[in-house]
Amino acid sequence: MRTKSVPLLGGALLVSLSLALTACGSGSGGGSKDASGSSGSYDKNATIGIGSLYEPQNLDNTGGGGQGVTEALNGNVYEGLFRLTDTGKVENLLAKDYKVGPDGLTYTFTLRKGVKFHSGKTLTSADVKYSIEKVMAEDSQSARKSSFDVVKSIATPDADTVEVTLSAKSISFVYNLSYIWIINADAKNLKTSEDGTGPYRLDKWTRGSALSLARFPGYWGTPATNQKVVFHYYKDATALNNALITNAVDVVTSEQSPDALDQFENNPNYKVNDGNSTTKLLLAFNDRVKPFNDVKVRKAVTSAIDNKKLLQSVWGDHGTLIGSMVPPTDPWYEDLTKVNPYDVALAKKELAEAGYAKGFGFTLDTPNYDPHPTAATFIKSELAKVGIDVKINIITPDEWYTKVYKNHDFSATLQEHVNDRDIVWYGNPDFYWGYDNKQVTAWVKQAEESDTTERQTALLKKVNTKIAEDAASDWLYLYPQIVVAGSKLSGYPLNGLNSQFYAYGIKKG
Amino acid sequence: MLSYLLRRLVFLAGSLFLASVVLFLLLRLLPGDPANSLLSVGASPEQIEAARHAIGSDRPLPEQFAHWLHQLVTFDLGDSFVSTLPVGPEITSRLNVTVPLTLLAFVLAVVVAVPVGYAAALRAHTRFGTLISGVSQLGIAVPVFWVGMILITVFALRLGVLPAGGFPQDGWERPGEALNSLALPVITVALVMSASLIRYVRSAALDVLGSDYLRTARALGSSFTRAMWRHGLRNGAVPVISVLGVELATTLLGAVVVETVFALPGLGSLLAQAVAQHDYPVVQGVLFVSTFAVLVIGFLSDLAQRLIDPRLRGRLSSGGTR
Repeated sequence: MRTKSVPLLGGALLVSLSLALTACGSGSGGGSKDASGSSGSYDKNATIGIGSLYEPQNLDNTGGGGQGVTEALNGNVYEGLFRLTDTGKVENLLAKDYKVGPDGLTYTFTLRKGVKFHSGKTLTSADVKYSIEKVMAEDSQSARKSSFDVVKSIATPDADTVEVTLSAKSISFVYNLSYIWIINADAKNLKTSEDGTGPYRLDKWTRGSALSLARFPGYWGTPATNQKVVFHYYKDATALNNALITNAVDVVTSEQSPDALDQFENNPNYKVNDGNSTTKLLLAFNDRVKPFNDVKVRKAVTSAIDNKKLLQSVWGDHGTLIGSMVPPTDPWYEDLTKVNPYDVALAKKELAEAGYAKGFGFTLDTPNYDPHPTAATFIKSELAKVGIDVKINIITPDEWYTKVYKNHDFSATLQEHVNDRDIVWYGNPDFYWGYDNKQVTAWVKQAEESDTTERQTALLKKVNTKIAEDAASDWLYLYPQIVVAGSKLSGYPLNGLNSQFYAYGIKKG
Repeated sequence: MLSYLLRRLVFLAGSLFLASVVLFLLLRLLPGDPANSLLSVGASPEQIEAARHAIGSDRPLPEQFAHWLHQLVTFDLGDSFVSTLPVGPEITSRLNVTVPLTLLAFVLAVVVAVPVGYAAALRAHTRFGTLISGVSQLGIAVPVFWVGMILITVFALRLGVLPAGGFPQDGWERPGEALNSLALPVITVALVMSASLIRYVRSAALDVLGSDYLRTARALGSSFTRAMWRHGLRNGAVPVISVLGVELATTLLGAVVVETVFALPGLGSLLAQAVAQHDYPVVQGVLFVSTFAVLVIGFLSDLAQRLIDPRLRGRLSSGGTR
């Protein structure tokens, strides 16, 4: 099943066979640093081998290219009006600057001059209009499509100016634009070829095996610090690690096999980097149905599970406990791990108050790929201690999508949610977990229509605290984002926000 | 012989048609909608409907089947649901890995198994013969992926003489690199394949060694070598060839395991991925091509047996039992 990154305003999880684990966060504020370069000399003509588990399905991110296409092409081959940096900041890229009208509904973007597509054509406002409309189009499979429902019209008064009118205020609009690739409006065959403005052009894509990028000599900005980048695709983590050990690749974008880390951590030839991820593992209750429509029951279950021990058993010393939906890289992060502490006595008390002193039983729909089955077994044993009997029901991602996501036919489920800023789903009562709190819904809406990021941040912090107090779900832990690289390599991204992997700053030598 | 060939070809075409019906129906019996794999959480109901419409999974089954048959007749395998790219070229590029892998492993296995199996038969009652028997028995019991992992550990990770996996991006334009990356997978498959082949060769050779005609030839004054060459080989070859056909087909279909272990972009890994994604056109295409290959292999091995053994030929041309 294919992965895609999802809309900003509501990030989401990927239901993906090859599991999107950490790779797909969409980025946002918060800080991490680029892997700092050994500032010494480097080989300007180096070829960088990048190992990844996420092969693109095709090269079109509105045609179902999936997570892999974002990883390989975003920022490397295609650029947006804005760039989401590895630290989660939004910077001007193809937009030189922009103005927002007094009503907050009109955005005027001025394009950078002298930008050329790889085909040689000069970038104009018509290309920008085309690119935004491509994401909004009826046949667009972009998971970000719904984020652009607020766009009412796009005008191009001259070749360097784009004017977008919104139907409602949207403070995330500029941030959302960082996901939109600016594509030559005349380009054809975007599923197998490209025409972007990035520092690399597509060299060759061999399906099932590798995708290579070569430095684009006509790039408008700072040229890439290497001549060529080859993404090598693997189906399983062992093959990927073997490639790194045998120097078939220089860096692995997202390590998914914690057991394998030892061989790199104790080896001076490699560097293991712990970055920030946005992927959260959730025990999501169906908040509509008994017994999980009772806040007390949800709180009791949350307090009965030792998340720290679970994280330790899955990821060793990596990963973070969060206590709510917001990862540290989101601007509205707060440490809420104390709201529902691990406390078996408290859990028993809450269960008794809810009328379940003798416990109860429920079915846990568990996706069939790691780490879900492991987590399910752990949860079963933890909850047995407070008299709750868990029946583990293993399902495929496909069944999960139909049964849980579409039909809401479940009591509780496990799922990883990969995107940043996806707390806003708690403001949608129709979302699969059915959390329905009028106040939270209003806060989420007001946050999006805020005039300032301060107000947006303040409102979403309230949402965050409220859902934690209500134990709307049990946020088990935040995944680590681990990039392993040869020690001669520097300048690679560490956080993999929104699945992107900027390669243009990687230095070898 | 001509009528035999013609009848076999008709049989081949009929089998292919049957296979296409079965393939189509079995795939549709699987639970789940392929449109699911195109979407992510956050997809609206309209997007789901649009996806179903785009891939045609909202149309009635007979219509879908007619479409698939029409494509087959026009040598077009359709477009992948997931990537939306044509299936045919994709399969062709994957065959560039799987076919050389299978054939090289096959040749290597035969080269190893025939002399070893023959030697084991000649020395059947010595320690050497028992040892070979035992080792080949063990070889049959060992799974392919395990052999692969051991070889990777030794030759790639420890000794660093061969790559641990992958295939050069430029493929056979760089024959040296391509062969290099196929070395370990070929050895892996050949080891496992030769283990069972050795046993077949051994038992065929034992039959021949104990046969009356060999004794007669020797009594008439042939040397042992000459008797084996003139009479033994031909007789021993028939059962071995039929096994070879089966082995070759099994290896082709079993490529998925070794291709996954060695991260090779072959037909098997394509199939595994397509199944997981409910990508019906790709699954159908791969299975159809594999079915075709298996039928052709069967045909060729029958033909070879008939060329070697005139008795079979006679039976057939007189409208015989097969």
